[in-house]
Amino acid sequence: MMGDIIPRIPLAGWIDAFLNWLTGAIAGVTRAIAALMRVGIGRLEDGLLWPPEWVIVILIGLLGWRFGGRKVALGSALGMVFIWNLGLWEPTMSTIALVVLATLIAMLLGLPIGILGGLYETIYQILRPILDFMQTMPAFVYLIPAIPFFGLGAVSALFSTVIFSIPPVIRLTSLGIRQIDRELIEASDAFGSTTMQKLIKVQIPLAKPTIMAGVNQTIMLALSMVVIAAMIGAGGLGGEVWRAIQRLRPGQGFEAGIAVVVVAMILDRITQKIGAASKAV
Amino acid sequence: MEATIPSTGESAQVATEPEQPKVKISIQNVYKIFGKNPEKARELLEQGMDKDEILDGTGQVVGVADASFDVHEGETVVVMGLSGSGKSTLIRCVNRLIEPTFGKIYIDDQDITELSIDDLRALRREKFGMVFQSFALFPHKTVVENASYGLEIQGVDRETRFQKAEEALALVGLKGWGAYYPENLSGGMKQRVGLARALAVEPDVLLMDEAFSALDPLIRTDMQDELLSLETQVQKTILFITHDLDEALKMGDRIVLMKDGGIEQIGTAEEILTQPATEYVAKFVANVDVTKVLTAEDVMKKPQPVAFVKDGPRTALRKMREAGLSGIFVVKQSNWELLGHVTAERAVEAAKKADKWLDEITSRDECATVPPDEPVRNIFPLVAENNNPVAVMDEQHRLRGIVVRGSVLAALAEREGGDTQ
Ligand SMILES: Nc1ncnc2c1ncn2[C@@H]1O[C@H](COP(=O)(O)OP(=O)(O)OP(=O)(O)O)[C@@H](O)[C@H]1O
Ligand SMILES: [Mg+2]
Repeated sequence: MMGDIIPRIPLAGWIDAFLNWLTGAIAGVTRAIAALMRVGIGRLEDGLLWPPEWVIVILIGLLGWRFGGRKVALGSALGMVFIWNLGLWEPTMSTIALVVLATLIAMLLGLPIGILGGLYETIYQILRPILDFMQTMPAFVYLIPAIPFFGLGAVSALFSTVIFSIPPVIRLTSLGIRQIDRELIEASDAFGSTTMQKLIKVQIPLAKPTIMAGVNQTIMLALSMVVIAAMIGAGGLGGEVWRAIQRLRPGQGFEAGIAVVVVAMILDRITQKIGAASKAV
Repeated sequence: MEATIPSTGESAQVATEPEQPKVKISIQNVYKIFGKNPEKARELLEQGMDKDEILDGTGQVVGVADASFDVHEGETVVVMGLSGSGKSTLIRCVNRLIEPTFGKIYIDDQDITELSIDDLRALRREKFGMVFQSFALFPHKTVVENASYGLEIQGVDRETRFQKAEEALALVGLKGWGAYYPENLSGGMKQRVGLARALAVEPDVLLMDEAFSALDPLIRTDMQDELLSLETQVQKTILFITHDLDEALKMGDRIVLMKDGGIEQIGTAEEILTQPATEYVAKFVANVDVTKVLTAEDVMKKPQPVAFVKDGPRTALRKMREAGLSGIFVVKQSNWELLGHVTAERAVEAAKKADKWLDEITSRDECATVPPDEPVRNIFPLVAENNNPVAVMDEQHRLRGIVVRGSVLAALAEREGGDTQ
C-alpha cells in the first residue's frame, strides 16, 4: 500500500552493500583477528579439558568457596558433578571457554569505554542511545554480520557474543562512576588530585560494586548468546540443544538445557559474590 | 608579666603600631551565574532585578552576585544565609571547585582565577583544606587512609603520611581509631575525621561548608569548642559556612550575611546585631538572644565623673551632686586604677568628721567588677542585685567603664528599635 505512494527505502540493500564493502576493505584484519581468536579459544578449551574432570570440579568448588562461602562451593561442585554425570562435560567446557573469553574481551573493551562515559557527559550522551539500541536488538541478529567477517564457527560466535554482551559492562561502569556522591569528588578535587589519581583512588573503587554488577550481567548475557550461537556452529551446550532439536530428541535437548542452567547458576553465584565482596574492601 | 597583657585602646596608640594583619583571601566582585547567558543576568542584576525575577525572565540561576570581602590572616569569617543564598557556591569559588563567572579572587595576592589547571592543583595541595557538610569521607578507605588522603595525593610516602595523619587524628581526639572504616564511626567522629583530613595537610586556609550542621547539638558544641581551641594552637585562616546564627556568633571574628547570592552585611557579631544594615539583616537576627552576644564593653558607659583619692570628701560630694549621683568610683589619678566606691551617705559623714582623704570610706566590695568581655547575660543579675553600678575593669585593674541598670536596658532597647522599624 505504502509502496504505491512513497518508494520503499532499500534499507536491506544498503546494509548488504555496506557489509560487502567492509568485509572486502578489512579482510586482512578480520582474518588476523579470526586466527588469533581461534587459537585463543582452542587453547582455553584444551586447557579446560586437559586435567581430569575432578580437578576442574574441585577448582570450581574452591572458586565458589573463595567468593561465596560454603553453600556456593558445595552447590557449584555438585552442579559440575551432575553435568559430568550427564556426559556433557566436553560441550560444557567448550561453552565455558567461550563465555570466559567473550567476557574478558567485553571487559577489556567495555571498562575503558564505560569509564570514559562515566567521566564525560558528552560521551555518555552518545553511548546511551547506542547501548539502548544494542540491548533491544534480538540476540540472533548479531549472528548475521559475524559470518561474512569470520565465517561459520566459534570465532563468529565469540565475536557476536562480545557485541551482544558488552552493553551492561559499559552502562554500569558509566553509571557507577556517575553515581558517586558529588561531595566525594569535590573532596578529592579539593586536595588537588589529578584526574588519574581521582579515577584510581576514588572513582573506580567506589564504582566497583556497580561495575561488578555489570560484569555479572555481561557474563549471563554471554552465556545466553553462546548457546544461541550454536546456530552458526559454536558447538558447546548450545550445539547439543541444537542437535537435539534437529533430531527431535526432546529428552537430550532438555538435558543440555538443564546443563546450561546449572552453568548459569554457578557463574552467577560466583560473580555476584565477587561484586558484593568487593563492596567491603 | 605586665607586657604580655593585651593593651587597651588608649595605650595601643602609644605602643608601636600593631602590624595590620595581612589579607589572605580577597574576593572581588565575584559572580557565579548558572546558565548560558551570564552577561545578561549580570546586566539585569545591575539594573536591580532580583534572583527570582532573573530566573523567571531568563532561566539563569544567580548563585553569587557581586560578592566582595577580604579575609585576613588568622581570621575566622563566617558566611551565613538561608538555604540557596549562595554560601556553598561562594566558598567553592575560593578554591575553584566552582569556576566564578566574573570577578577576581586573590589568595596571598595571587589571582587564582587566572591559574592554569596544574597551578590550581598545586595551590589546592599547598594552601587549602576543606571540610564538607556530609563529611565526604571515602567509604573504601580506613580512617587513617582518609585522613592522609591529601598527603597521599602529594606523593608523601606511606609511613610519613600515616604518621602525620595520626597526629591530626589525635588533635581532633580520635587517637587509636585509624584502622576503622568510616561506617564504624558516629556522625561526630566522622566529622572529626573530615577535619583531621583537612588539618593533616597543614593548610593555610580552612574552608568549612556547614561542617557541623549534621551533628546533634551536644557533639556540635564539642566540635565548635574543639575548633576554637585548635585555632589558638594552629593559626589558620578559616572561611566557615553555617545556617546557624548562634554558631556564627560563636565562631566568627566577622560574619558575612548573604541573601539571594548577594552580600547584605559584613561585620562583627555586635555590629550585625546592634547595627543591622538592612531590614533583612534585622529580621535575620531578630531571634538572637543579644544578652549572649553583647559584652560589658558594648553596654558600659564612660565612668564620669570619678573621684580621686586626694579629693577630699567635699570634692567627691560636689562631683556627685553635679552629676546627680548617689555614689562615685574612686581611682588613682595617675593610671585610673580602681580603688573602690564611695556612697554620698558616707561622704557626708566623713565631711562632718572633717576627714582629709577618701580612703577611709572607700569600699572595695560594695560594687561588683567584671572584665570587658563579660557577656551582658551575666551582668544583669549583678545590676539587679544592688543599686550600685557594676565596674568594668581590665586586666591591669583600671576602670574602663561602668554598667548601670539603664545602660543595659538602653542597649537592648536600641536593638529592639532596629527590629521594628
Ligand atoms: N550546579 C548548579 N546549577 C544550577 N544552579 C545551581 C547549581 N549549584 C547551585 N545552584 C543554585 O545556586 C544557588 C545557591 O546555591 P548554594 O548551594 O550555594 O546555596 P547555599 O547557600 O549553600 O544553600 P544551602 O544552605 O541549602 O546549602 C541556589 O539557587 C542553587 O539552586
Ligand atoms: Mg550549601
